[in-house]
Amino acid sequence: MWKRFSSNIGAMLGVVLLLAVIAVAIFAPIIFSHTPWQMVQRPFLTPFTMDGLPLGTDTLGRDVASQLAYGARVSLLVGLVSTLVALLIGVPLGALAGFYGNWVDEGAMRFTEFFQTIPNFALAIVLVAIFEPTLASITIAIAIVSWPPVARLVRAEVMSVRKREFVDAARLAGLSRPRILLTQVLPNTVSPIIVMASLMVATAILLESSLSFLGLGDPNAMSWGYMIGAARTVIRSAWWLSFFPGIAIVLTVLALNLIGEGLNDALNPHLSRKGKA
Amino acid sequence: MSIVTVILSRAFKAFVTLLAIAVLNFCLLHAAPGDPAVVLAGEAGAADEQMIEQLRERFGLDQPFHVQLGKYVGSVLTLDLGYSFRQGAPVAQLIAERLPATLLLTLTAFVISLVLGIAFGVAASARVGKASDSLLTTLALLFYATPLYWAALMAVLIFSVWLGWLPGFGYETVGAGYTGLARAFDIAKHLVLPALTLGLFFMAVYMRMTRASMLEVSQLDFVKTAKAKGLSGPAIRRRHILRNAILPVVTLAGLQAGQLVGGAVLTETVFAWPGIGRLMFESLAARDYNTILGVFLVSAAMVILFNIVTDIVYRLVDPRIGAKA
Repeated sequence: MWKRFSSNIGAMLGVVLLLAVIAVAIFAPIIFSHTPWQMVQRPFLTPFTMDGLPLGTDTLGRDVASQLAYGARVSLLVGLVSTLVALLIGVPLGALAGFYGNWVDEGAMRFTEFFQTIPNFALAIVLVAIFEPTLASITIAIAIVSWPPVARLVRAEVMSVRKREFVDAARLAGLSRPRILLTQVLPNTVSPIIVMASLMVATAILLESSLSFLGLGDPNAMSWGYMIGAARTVIRSAWWLSFFPGIAIVLTVLALNLIGEGLNDALNPHLSRKGKA
Repeated sequence: MSIVTVILSRAFKAFVTLLAIAVLNFCLLHAAPGDPAVVLAGEAGAADEQMIEQLRERFGLDQPFHVQLGKYVGSVLTLDLGYSFRQGAPVAQLIAERLPATLLLTLTAFVISLVLGIAFGVAASARVGKASDSLLTTLALLFYATPLYWAALMAVLIFSVWLGWLPGFGYETVGAGYTGLARAFDIAKHLVLPALTLGLFFMAVYMRMTRASMLEVSQLDFVKTAKAKGLSGPAIRRRHILRNAILPVVTLAGLQAGQLVGGAVLTETVFAWPGIGRLMFESLAARDYNTILGVFLVSAAMVILFNIVTDIVYRLVDPRIGAKA
C-alpha cells in the first residue's frame, strides 16, 4: 500500500507541502522573534524591500510573514479537530443506521437528510454568530455542518460488510451484536473513512478561512481568512496583503486533496483503475 | 409515480423541512448567550428598557417555552420573519428586496459552472492521458483548492483594478440612469466577475465528475457496439457516452445547490452585490440576529426549491427514473 502511495507523484508532492506547512506552524515562535500582533515597521511596507520582513507589513505595520506562520496553526488545528469531531458524530450514527436497519436507519437517515438540505456554510455562519466566535465554537460549527457525508458513507459500508460471510461466522460463534459491529464490521470500513477524512480536513480549512474572512474568526487567533478579510478594503493599494494568505490556503488545501486522492488510489486500487482507464 | 405525485410529495417534505428549520432558528435564538429580548433587539439597535419590555410582550417571552415556540413558528408560517431594528424594516421586506439579485447571481453561476464543467470534462476525457488532459485536470485541482472569496478578490484586482475591463463593484452603474436594454447590458457587465468566480469552484467539481463518468461509461459494451458499427469518435462521445455520463453529474449539481447559495454570501460580500448574502454579512457585524436567521431560512428554502426543480428536470430528461420510482 505504501509503495502504491509513494509512487504517486501528486500524493508525494502533497505530503512534502503539508509537512512544510506543519513545520512552519510548529516552529513559528522560533522563526519569528515577534508575535503576529506586534507592530514592527511602518504600515504598508512593500514585500521584498526590507531584510527580515520578506512579505512586507500590513495596515498596522505588522509582519505579514509572521502572521502567515501563526495562521497555519489555526488552520491546521481547526481543520484537524473539526474533522475528528465530525467523525465522532458521523461514524456512530452511520454505523448504527447501517447495522441495525429498520426504524433506527429510517430515523438516522431522516436526521442526516435534514442536515444535508440546510446550506452548510449558512448554518456555520449562524452557529458561530450566535455562539460568539471562538476557536471552540468555530470548530464545533464546522463539525456540525460536515458530518452528514460521513454518516452516509459509513452506513453504506456497514450495510455491505454486514452481509459478508465472516459476519455470519462471528454470529454463529456467539458474539453479541454490538461486539460484531465494533470488532468485525467497523474495522473493515476504515479505509474509505480515512480517505474521506483527509478530504474533510481540506474542506474544513476552507470553511474556517471563509468564516474568518467574514469577520467570524476568533479575535485572539491570527488566521489566514482574517488577514484577507482585513486587507479586502485596501486591495487597490496593497495587493500583497490578500495575495499571500490566499496562496497559503491554496497550497495547504491542495496538499490535503492530493494526499486524499493518493490514499484513495492506494487503498481502493480497483476503483482508481476504473477512473484512469 | 406521476410527476404530480412527485411534486406533491416533494412539496410536503419541503414544508416539513422548513418547519424544522424554523424550530431550529427558535432554539438558536434562545441558546444565544443573554436575554432573548435583548438578542432580538440586536446590539446595534437602540435597545432601551421600554422597547425590550415591548419585545418581551410581543414575543411572549414571559410565557412557557412551548407557547413561545408555537408563536414563533406561527409567525414564520405567515412570512413574518421579525423586525430588523438595525435596518428599521421588517426582515421579510429586506429579503424580498434583495432576493432577485441573489437569484440572478446564483442561477447564472449554476448554469455557467454546469455548462463549462461538462464541456471541459468531455474535452479532458476525449484527450485522456495527453498534455491537454493533464492541464485541464491540474487546473481543476487548483480551482478546487482555491477559496471562493480569494478568487473573487483576485479577479477584482486583475480584471477591474489593473486591466479595467469589467466593473468589480455593485449591481449596476449608480446614477447612470440606463433603461431597458442598456440597463440589462450594464447589469450583465457587473454580473460577469461575481458569477464566474462563484461558478469556478463548482465548475472544477463538475469537470472532474464528468471526466470520470465519461471514462467509466466508455468502457461499457454498447460503446463497443457503436464502435463496431463504424461510428466516428465524436459521434459516439456525443450521442452515446455523454447522454449516459451526464446523469450522475446532474444529480451532483442538484445536491451542490446548497453550497452555491452559501458561497453567494462570500461572493456578494466581495463584489458589494446587493443580494441576501450581502445582507447577511452586513447583519453579522451588527449582530442583527433576526435578519441573519431570516436569510438562513430563505436560503434553505431556495436550496429546497432548487432541488425540486432539478429533480423534475431530471425526470423529464430521463424517463427511466419515473418508471423505477
